[in-house]
Amino acid sequence: MSFPGTPASPDTLHAVHDTLHAAHGGKEDLFSSLLHHVQDSHELETPFGHIELPHLPSFSVAGVTFDMSITKHVVFLWVGGVILCLLGYLVARKNAGRDVPHGFGTLMETFIVFVRDEIVLPNMGPAGVKYLPYLLTTFLYILLMNLMGLIPYGASATGNVNVTAGLAIIAFVMIQAAAIRAQGLGHYLAHLTGGVHWSLWPIMIPIEILGLFTKPFALCIRLFANMTGGHIVLVSLIGLIFIFQSYIIAVAPVGFVVAINFLELFVALLQAYIFTMLTSLFMGLGMQAEGHGAAADHGH
Amino acid sequence: MEPNALGYLAAGLGAALTVIGAGLGIGKLAAAAMEASGRQPEVAGQVRTSMLIAAALIEGATFFALAICIILATKS
Repeated sequence: MSFPGTPASPDTLHAVHDTLHAAHGGKEDLFSSLLHHVQDSHELETPFGHIELPHLPSFSVAGVTFDMSITKHVVFLWVGGVILCLLGYLVARKNAGRDVPHGFGTLMETFIVFVRDEIVLPNMGPAGVKYLPYLLTTFLYILLMNLMGLIPYGASATGNVNVTAGLAIIAFVMIQAAAIRAQGLGHYLAHLTGGVHWSLWPIMIPIEILGLFTKPFALCIRLFANMTGGHIVLVSLIGLIFIFQSYIIAVAPVGFVVAINFLELFVALLQAYIFTMLTSLFMGLGMQAEGHGAAADHGH
Repeated sequence: MEPNALGYLAAGLGAALTVIGAGLGIGKLAAAAMEASGRQPEVAGQVRTSMLIAAALIEGATFFALAICIILATKS
């Protein structure tokens, strides 16, 4: 038994080195073994050991291969979805007849009223309340997935660019649907031309269509990079302990990690809020555009 | 210099410059928010909300660059 002040014993170092070696298939790099904890992987880590997840066959469509195997992030996607559906259903059933919610329903009411009064109503007006279920789902699902990355043995599925791309695609569809529903298809396509002379349309229309895609793309990258960056910082700070290979140095990284975990908690909430708020903002912009251009001239 | 080393160097320099840009931008934003809250304490809540939204948007742009640096560092 060595004092905390001495460097870690050679047995511990060998055990750590062997674990690192075995965990990432023999590559010597500390960086890649750190990244292994942040990226998607084919095995699930539980307190009782590794669970090897099934590799399902992949198929290719037009030269792009889709690997449909169940990975760690897919499992956490499902877990988050099941938890959210269960929570919503149970809370709704228990509070069905009452005016004042009860128990866990008060927490859900806080979230629902927050999303409705701070996000939907200021951005989309009273006509936007019909989109409240979608925005509430977005907010709570992203929040839940972000928070699941902070518990031990957990992983945030939003740290996977494919997951955030899926969320952004759905947001894109909803933004266009809200705009089309409010303006009608003709006005919506007319807005795509940008109100310039018809000879400039071949230039204007591709630019406007490209502009439609940049906003959801930004949503995707923002959420992905926030979550992945936070986890990389956490894993790197813990990796400092392995680099210095002593126990007494471990005090400083652990202190930093506690502070960064609080920051990550805040960032999880903030990023869910930002995603939902920007989606509702873009939907509101599309819905408001029907106000002008009906009678007056169409100059943008 | 080998291409791998240049890749790592580029990733490190890129990340550092990105953080400088983000720090400057969000610092100016926070300074304006502090000043506004000091002048008119009753709108401090709205100012804080707007500040957080703008900060998240600036950080979104930062993370674009950061994602490229990460790709550079892991592909090298």
